[in-house]
Amino acid sequence: MSNTTQPKPPHLLDRVVIRFAGDSGDGMQLAGDRFTTSSALFGNDLATFPDFPAEIRAPAGTLAGVSAFQVHISDHDISTAGDSPNVLVAMNPAALRANIDSLPKGATVIVNVDAFEERNLVKAGYESDPLGDGSLSAYTVYEVPMTSITTEVSKEAGVKPRDAERSKNFFALGLISWLYTRPIEGTMGWIEEKYAGKPLVMEANLRAFKAGFHFGETTELFESSYEVKPATLAPGEYVNVTGNTATAWGLIVAATRSDLPLFLGTYPITPASDILHELSKHKQFGVRTFQAEDEISGIGAALGAAFGGALGVTTTSGPGVDLKSEMIGLAISLELPLLIIDIQRGGPSTGLPTKTEQADLLHAMYGRHGEAPLPIVAAKTPSHCFEATVEAVRLAVKYRTPVILLSDGYLANGTEPWKLPDLDQLPDIDPGFATDPNHVDDDGNAVFWPYLRDPETLARPWAPPGLAGLEHRIGGLEKADGSGNVAYDGANHEKMTRLRAAKIAGIAHDIPPTDVDDEDGAEVLVIGWGSTYGAIAAGVQRVRARGHKVAQAHLMHLNPFPADLGEVLSSYKKVLVPEVNLGQLSRLLRAEYLVDAISFTQVQGVPFRAAAMESAILQQIDGTAERFAAEATGSTDTIEKGSLR
Amino acid sequence: MTDLAHAPSDPHPADDPVPVPITTRKDWSSDQEVRWCPGCGDYSILAAVQMLMPDLGVRRESTVFLSGIGCAARFPYYMNTYGMHSIHGRAPAIATGLATTRPDLDVWVVTGDGDSLSIGGNHLIHALRRNVNITILLFNNQIYGLTKGQYSPTSEVAKVTKSTPFGSLEQPFNPLSLALGAEAGFVARTHDMDRKHMMETFRRAHAHKGASFVEIYQNCNVFNDGAFEKITGKEHRSDMLIPLVHGEPIRFGAEGQHGVVLHNDGSVEVVEVAAVGESALLVHDEHRDNPGLAFQLSRLSRGPYEPTPIGIFRDVDRPEYGEEMARQIDEATARRGQGDLNALLRSGSSWTVE
Repeated sequence: MSNTTQPKPPHLLDRVVIRFAGDSGDGMQLAGDRFTTSSALFGNDLATFPDFPAEIRAPAGTLAGVSAFQVHISDHDISTAGDSPNVLVAMNPAALRANIDSLPKGATVIVNVDAFEERNLVKAGYESDPLGDGSLSAYTVYEVPMTSITTEVSKEAGVKPRDAERSKNFFALGLISWLYTRPIEGTMGWIEEKYAGKPLVMEANLRAFKAGFHFGETTELFESSYEVKPATLAPGEYVNVTGNTATAWGLIVAATRSDLPLFLGTYPITPASDILHELSKHKQFGVRTFQAEDEISGIGAALGAAFGGALGVTTTSGPGVDLKSEMIGLAISLELPLLIIDIQRGGPSTGLPTKTEQADLLHAMYGRHGEAPLPIVAAKTPSHCFEATVEAVRLAVKYRTPVILLSDGYLANGTEPWKLPDLDQLPDIDPGFATDPNHVDDDGNAVFWPYLRDPETLARPWAPPGLAGLEHRIGGLEKADGSGNVAYDGANHEKMTRLRAAKIAGIAHDIPPTDVDDEDGAEVLVIGWGSTYGAIAAGVQRVRARGHKVAQAHLMHLNPFPADLGEVLSSYKKVLVPEVNLGQLSRLLRAEYLVDAISFTQVQGVPFRAAAMESAILQQIDGTAERFAAEATGSTDTIEKGSLR
Repeated sequence: MTDLAHAPSDPHPADDPVPVPITTRKDWSSDQEVRWCPGCGDYSILAAVQMLMPDLGVRRESTVFLSGIGCAARFPYYMNTYGMHSIHGRAPAIATGLATTRPDLDVWVVTGDGDSLSIGGNHLIHALRRNVNITILLFNNQIYGLTKGQYSPTSEVAKVTKSTPFGSLEQPFNPLSLALGAEAGFVARTHDMDRKHMMETFRRAHAHKGASFVEIYQNCNVFNDGAFEKITGKEHRSDMLIPLVHGEPIRFGAEGQHGVVLHNDGSVEVVEVAAVGESALLVHDEHRDNPGLAFQLSRLSRGPYEPTPIGIFRDVDRPEYGEEMARQIDEATARRGQGDLNALLRSGSSWTVE
């Protein structure tokens, strides 16, 4: 190593996609997360995509145990975590093997060369060492002895030899921090704070981090470092948030604005548990978090709290929604506010717990016995989870109804910079509790009728226990219109069924019109919902950059749809509906509007790639997708996965 | 911002100057026609509860009856209080959310042997374990009534029912043993033939802070008539029911001639007082911290055909769940101050773009 190397000026890049990959226990999520935070504080726009296995610790060194964190940083506005990494950091052969196919030729690969030994190569399924057999000749490969340097500096810090290599994720982070000219003070401070209680670990991590940084600086392995300048984001104060954090904060803000005590009843489930973790930290807002004995109890307790006048919320993922269905039906019958947050994951059954999917839309729409409609709201980006949550609470409280909020694994764990909202601009949420009897009975007595509806919203009064004169009984048996007494006659049942449906349908007039990003003369509309937003936006951008016209719409309200949606759909020649399922929104659009919606789908546990989206859109525009896509990505690997039908 | 730690809709703070109105049974009865089968034991339980309420010094508007599904679950409709008839087995879960957010309310859960020991078993044991401030009345008739006569989880082995024409194969639950095993702080048994005993038992259950569990032997005269006749029938009671009285030797019989002793191996047994002497009898202690002896008493009888203890098996104080939850909120608020939304949104690192 030379100490006399003059620092060269960094090369400027407009964006870069980096993927950290290693064993589940290697701390790749932590390294990626720290890199993201320094980039956010540096001012880049960014998007992240953590991608990890369902096993906490799959057998070390195997493909099944590879955990990765992809981060896309940019000096301009971006909407996805990037199709393919420009840089792969591979901590072992399995990490290399699991990820190399997603790299474009010419990409940079930084490997922990110490891990490329016979045993690990066999575990990863390599017959020969890829570092020596020429199979990586299309890439720029840097072999860095991460384990041995980390072990050396950790031992100097006094760490036992057995634990000495554990800081190698910080070495990798240090090296990448140098390579992309990240400020390091923030991470050093973070290490000091995080490991304050474990001085040896703190020292080893600090030394490994600095060793990685210095390794980049002082070896002549790398030609130069790179810099991605801050993005020109709209002025304001920003934080970097995951979807789950934004959801939790949305709940606290909505509870405060509505002056309702927040009660979360939930059962731990991937990928929803982080909402429980976040909320349980903030008790000073009067937040009650209840970790129930099962999914049913979680929602049951939330409904009980709602009956008592609280903001009742339950969080879950697909399997939990199955279990909660009966209680959701009860909430529909009781007409009480309740929020069900479904962080969708790959299904059916246990499916792919740590992978994303958006295949619960029809379940949210129809997954109950009887005619049981409820409003459905979906978040489109990690930070949008905040707004979507507040909106879901608004609808639940105003219309006295359970609402399903759909997020997914990609939004839940992914991050992006979020311009903090002006809290005063958020909608008002007025619980409007009943205060007085609302009816006069045949004998002239003032009485309270729990099912006497507001003529405008069709919502019934919410009368939590505590007020004399408003005592009433409600339940899952059909109720007489108005009085709410048990009623078995068919005419009343039909009336109540239609009233419940009309109440939900009427919400269409209380939500904004369809959000369309139109271009004059566009004949193709791409319409999506949920986390496909980023990929659709990126695909649309690419198509427009080629001089084509295309319109994009994204639905936050899935039930009811915005009142103008039918008109919007009918004003385009073609409607393309990309979804990470087998075509659920497209079915709803076809059923509702008799529109020939073209479904474009993929279910691989990962978001769409922008290139796939571009290709699918172009195919609708002129049917020459493959040629254009090849030019667009500069890659020969252009036939993107996905199915058009 | 209001104090979110406390329910905004609590209209009766502790220092409420408005006195609890004097009421009668009629005030606690709703205008709905009671629709249980004529002769059902549920009528006498309803009467006992409605007659007790005016004595408890509580308000109708602060009283809530919750139920699941089953014959017993119609109970809330007949009480002129707040109430909810929910779904099968889930009332303890719903009650948990209500009672922890509204400590000002009296929350009663009315359930049956199928509702709380079969489909809702999980919620029952966890509500008891957590010690949520609710009073659970379990109407045990050892049969499924609403679905017209299948065996239940408390039916005796070999019971012939519509669904078990060759006899049921299942060992029944002992509801009191189950509740004690689930860490319940208040466990009692009463029966539908003795209004006074029911009222006294319910009064004590209501007074207990935390989860109270009362098993009520209840006759289903249509599908399981006479299930408890051998012990609750007027002519059998004195020899077949063993009243548990705190601080008193456990004895029964018209002349108090029978009693219960505790053996060195921890088992309990019914004996003749004359044979062992009065001083050898077990003195009942509701407040023993260790539930072991209460558990033994709960298993003294193998079924409603042997001398069976009734009354309060256990009454001990444990931290109440809702109170503990409120305490954590109060402590967090005292430590960090009232929640500040602007600080919340900046609890990670924030940066400013000019």
